Amino acid sequence: MALEESHVRRAAHLARLAVSDDQASGFVDDLSRILDMVDQLQSLDTEGVAPLAHPLDATQRLRADEVTETNQRDTFQRCAPAVENGLYLVPRVVE
Amino acid sequence: MQWETVIGLEVHVQLATRSKIFSGASTAFGAEPNTQACAVDLGLPGVLPVLNEQAVAMAVQFGLAVHAEIPEVSVFDRKNYFYPDLPKGYQTSQMYHPIVGAGDVEITLDDNTTKRIRIHHAHLEEDAGKSLHEDFHGMTGIDLNRAGTPLLEIVSEPDMRSAKEAAAYLKAIHSIVTYLGISDGNMAEGSMRCDVNVSVRPKGQEAFGTRAEIKNVNSFRFVERAIAFEVERQIELIEDGGKVVQETRLFDPERDETRSMRTKEEANDYRYFPCPDLLPVVLDQAYLDHLRNQLPELPADKRARFQNELGLSAYDANVLSASREMAEFFEEVHRVCGDAKQAANWVQGELSGALNRENLSIQNSPVSAQQLGELIRRVLDDTINGKAAKQVFQALWNGQGESADAVIEAKGLKQVTDTGAIEAMIDQVIAESPAQVAQYRDSEPEKRGKMIGYFVGQVMKASRGTANPQQVNGLLKEKLDALL
Repeated sequence: MALEESHVRRAAHLARLAVSDDQASGFVDDLSRILDMVDQLQSLDTEGVAPLAHPLDATQRLRADEVTETNQRDTFQRCAPAVENGLYLVPRVVE
Repeated sequence: MQWETVIGLEVHVQLATRSKIFSGASTAFGAEPNTQACAVDLGLPGVLPVLNEQAVAMAVQFGLAVHAEIPEVSVFDRKNYFYPDLPKGYQTSQMYHPIVGAGDVEITLDDNTTKRIRIHHAHLEEDAGKSLHEDFHGMTGIDLNRAGTPLLEIVSEPDMRSAKEAAAYLKAIHSIVTYLGISDGNMAEGSMRCDVNVSVRPKGQEAFGTRAEIKNVNSFRFVERAIAFEVERQIELIEDGGKVVQETRLFDPERDETRSMRTKEEANDYRYFPCPDLLPVVLDQAYLDHLRNQLPELPADKRARFQNELGLSAYDANVLSASREMAEFFEEVHRVCGDAKQAANWVQGELSGALNRENLSIQNSPVSAQQLGELIRRVLDDTINGKAAKQVFQALWNGQGESADAVIEAKGLKQVTDTGAIEAMIDQVIAESPAQVAQYRDSEPEKRGKMIGYFVGQVMKASRGTANPQQVNGLLKEKLDALL
């Protein structure tokens, strides 16, 4: 699949990654090669093969429904840039 | 032109687990901000989610209750988007292999007819935190206590055709999840939230119209109002030559309208992919059987049993099965008094009236089911008459007595059925009412039936309400007619 720079820009925006013009053209090549490999995989006959959700051949372990965590707010908030009244403060988001 | 409304609902039900879906932090409501947000909920580097077995069990119980297929394997996916109340940058959800497959729910409409609404699927996911936009000097405050709270999102097929049907569906879901005890169903605290998909099409047309999704609908009443507004908006738009655009709208209960939400371009590109931190969930048949055996009797089954076995009307059966608390109260009253119809009448009449007046829920009723059942038993065995029963009820309500029998004893309300005593009272009333007796004698025979009411009233008064009204009636008629 031929990737264009606009695709890279869009993916970078969705992932909130700052990408310079130089990097963008580099990513077009890198990601195109990855997509080529995917194309190659897709040419395989997978008729009757269930899609793989996880590479490990194991199933999810479950935990008992118990409260095991204690309040560590002060510790966690030490690395936050801004807090007030116990809330994390972030630049204003308005819908 | 005649229009038809097409509605589908996505209901988010907060599951009543003690801890979060992927962490051991508490889900209790109302804690100080961020005191119940642990490293996993905050999405700190290096943490791993571990799935809560109770969240899985609750989701499966719901699935079994709506006759859904429960696939052997379900998978968690990441739904990627950026918002500060979602610190990981993705919501762990289930897109391709949800835990609950297709099922259906029976709803009851105002005229007591029922309709089957199909459920497309239901999936487990985590809730996000809360953003507070006021009072932070131009900043937004984030409380992540709610982040990671388990939600079951129940997605219906577009099977509803009116706002009333949508509200009835929401009520049916509410009563199923509260019967199962998998959610407290408290809409005011956000334990049940609902997104509504609405479109209109010319009646008879098969293809669906373009739909709008209304967010933020969090009460039964709002569902009806939001849909009513939206349907009218869409019809007007089309009739004026416009086109409905597919968009997300917000319901504003204060203005009673829906408004378009400013949606950013690409906002809906969630780039779902299987969550590598969670393995597929595999449920075997023994597990499903175990949960199936523990299911309580569900609202639809209760309704049917109330009608078919207890002989209640469709209306009574519907009202009494609407909530588990109401149903359990009624069944206890019935068990104690042995008469389903009387139990139904008292629970829906005297008791519900008193509860409504004081804005109490049935769990907080000052009169217990045991007390009410005993009271009804005393009416059925003719210990007291209907009028005295209301006094006894009032006394029990006010806490003046432990039991119906105690109140009857204390207030001397035991019904007088002794013919001699009643006759003595009748004789006295007749002796004291010469004018009324003369009137009775002089009136047309067919009007006398009505006039007897005066005498009945006087005798009942003389007995302080304790005389048996049927006996009073019969004896009075005999004595008055003897005077003719």
